Amino acid sequence: MLQRDWIIVSNERLTEQVWQMSLAGDTTDFKAGQFVEVEVPDFFLRRPISVCNAKEGLLTLIYKVVGGGTKRMTEMKKGEKVSLLAPLGNGYNLCKSGDRPLLTGGGVGVPPLYMLARCLREQGKQVKVVLGFNTGCEVFYENAFKSLGCEVELVTMDGSYGLKGVVTDYLNDDYSYYYACGPKPMLTAVIKKLGVEGEVSMEERMGCGFGVCMGCSIETTNGAKRVCKDGPVFESRLIVERS
Amino acid sequence: MVKSEGNRLAVALGDVSLQNPIIPASGTFGYGVEMSQLYDINILGALSFKGTTLNARYGNALPRIAECSNYGMINAVGLQNPGIHEVINTQLPLLYSIFHQPIIANVSGFSIDEYQQVCSLLDKEERISILEVNISCPNVHQGGMAFGTTAEAAAEVTRAVKQVTDKPVYMKLSPNVTDIVAIARACVEAGADGLCLINTVLGMRIDIRRRKPVIANKYGGYSGRGIFPLALRMVNQVAKSVSVPIIGCGGVETAEQVVEMMMAGATAVEIGAANLVQPTICKQIIEDLPSLLDELKINRIEDIIGIV
Ligand SMILES: Cc1cc2nc3c(=O)[nH]c(=O)nc-3n(C[C@H](O)[C@H](O)[C@H](O)COP(=O)(O)OP(=O)(O)OC[C@H]3O[C@@H](n4cnc5c(N)ncnc54)[C@H](O)[C@@H]3O)c2cc1C
Ligand SMILES: Cc1cc2nc3c(=O)[nH]c(=O)nc-3n(C[C@H](O)[C@H](O)[C@H](O)COP(=O)(O)O)c2cc1C
Ligand code: FES
Repeated sequence: MLQRDWIIVSNERLTEQVWQMSLAGDTTDFKAGQFVEVEVPDFFLRRPISVCNAKEGLLTLIYKVVGGGTKRMTEMKKGEKVSLLAPLGNGYNLCKSGDRPLLTGGGVGVPPLYMLARCLREQGKQVKVVLGFNTGCEVFYENAFKSLGCEVELVTMDGSYGLKGVVTDYLNDDYSYYYACGPKPMLTAVIKKLGVEGEVSMEERMGCGFGVCMGCSIETTNGAKRVCKDGPVFESRLIVERS
Repeated sequence: MVKSEGNRLAVALGDVSLQNPIIPASGTFGYGVEMSQLYDINILGALSFKGTTLNARYGNALPRIAECSNYGMINAVGLQNPGIHEVINTQLPLLYSIFHQPIIANVSGFSIDEYQQVCSLLDKEERISILEVNISCPNVHQGGMAFGTTAEAAAEVTRAVKQVTDKPVYMKLSPNVTDIVAIARACVEAGADGLCLINTVLGMRIDIRRRKPVIANKYGGYSGRGIFPLALRMVNQVAKSVSVPIIGCGGVETAEQVVEMMMAGATAVEIGAANLVQPTICKQIIEDLPSLLDELKINRIEDIIGIV
């Protein structure tokens, strides 16, 4: 983990509420499934955002505007400096993928799956991706995944685009290992449907993002773990269902 | 560490010499391991590690963290720690291997007996220079803070801890009281070798859309830049009424504020929440201090302790 300034290369709207920011800096050592902590002017805490892609000095983040911090991020301009703590967290375990990995995510759980898909495709794996969104106008990155050569399935709650329903309606057992990222109820449903032979990326409110404050500590089947440092990716068998 | 002759930043907490007054505050620096990957933590004056209880504690339910716009944050971690035995067996050997400056052990408890047991175990650890006894954690039900809110209870913990250790005992005080001076005096009369203040200020945030408190514990401890003036005032009031060394803490994030804290009466200064968002902040402050002293025509930093 390093605290460094990055330069904004672009910061553009992808959908009504979702933006993509690209930053220039040193991307060596970045792994799929890791995240960064973004310093946002006028806010005390940094904002944790997943690495959507990191390659050859270019880092891509995709963020949804949900509150003041992410709203302020949309006002950051090309050419400006941004302080990041990066890279943070453990990332996905690519060794476990097998030949036919399944990647499934919902909403802003989709971004980290992109770099994962790219890395798995570079290893020649046959990658299946099932992405869930609320509605058709919220869909992003469908073509990005297709361009990597993934088999892509889109699911929307209202059926306005792709299949109708939730991702778990369309997951079958034709895969070697699974990776999931999305809201907690979705992850719980995925684990329930597919079992524990896979891994999921968790989200919690964070103080530091690098393991010193215990703000993000969750109970797992193997004791307390920090989402920021021991995660955000956890083997599904570690995740306990909580109300 | 020998105090080098020419070191203008050197200060002394009683018999414990520090190469500079900068100390990461308990709970914001873990056991030093993560931070040591970011910079050479041996440039610090000392280090105070996460509050330790007798048994392992998972802490409070999540979310534990809330933001207070640009002024700071609220935490309700609830003293998550692996318990004193695990700390002694695992965390401390690691800390000793990477950190060679004085170590401050932060201790919490739910009973007088627990404080005593934890302190007597830490007393055997040669590398620990100071016991910082937290009687002010606002986040745990009946824990800690109950002892910090009356002069009698604070004195009782102080006396009990002094019985089981020869190490200097610093009582860490809560700002969530009517008269912090009375509590400070009671601790000193009961034998405290020094004081550390302040811990976090009890606070709250509400999620107006969900109509619920942001943090699961409802209330938590407010810290960060917003509490600096409050902390400074309390340090000054206490410094005027006791003669033991004071570690000032609360909202500090610049070299200027360190000087302010010391002018108010602190011998050393702890940096808390700022570490979480600017992890190299302590290094930055240490680097900024010499030129600030030049600018202010201060020869040695200890010359300014309590001058205001
Ligand atoms: C490891 C990790 C990876 C993430 N990756 C992405 C991503 O790639 N894209 C994306 O859009 N979002 C991502 N999030 C969620 C994102 O961090 C929050 O949406 C964002 O912090 C909200 O900030 P705000 O100021 O707009 O919202 P506010 O609600 O005003 O924020 C108030 C406080 O709560 C925190 N907070 C609010 N919602 C969340 C949340 N869901 N998770 C964690 N903290 C939260 C904020 O950081 C801030 O400290 C990720 C979260 C984590 C923990
Ligand atoms: C996440 C977090 C955890 C903390 N844990 C402890 C603790 O275990 N023991 C303790 O005495 N103080 C603890 N504190 C309080 C700090 O040490 C410090 O007294 C307080 O935050 C005020 O300083 P600041 O404004 O610089 O943060 C904690 C503070 C934070 C933010
Ligand atoms: S956010 Fe501080 S330990 Fe995870």
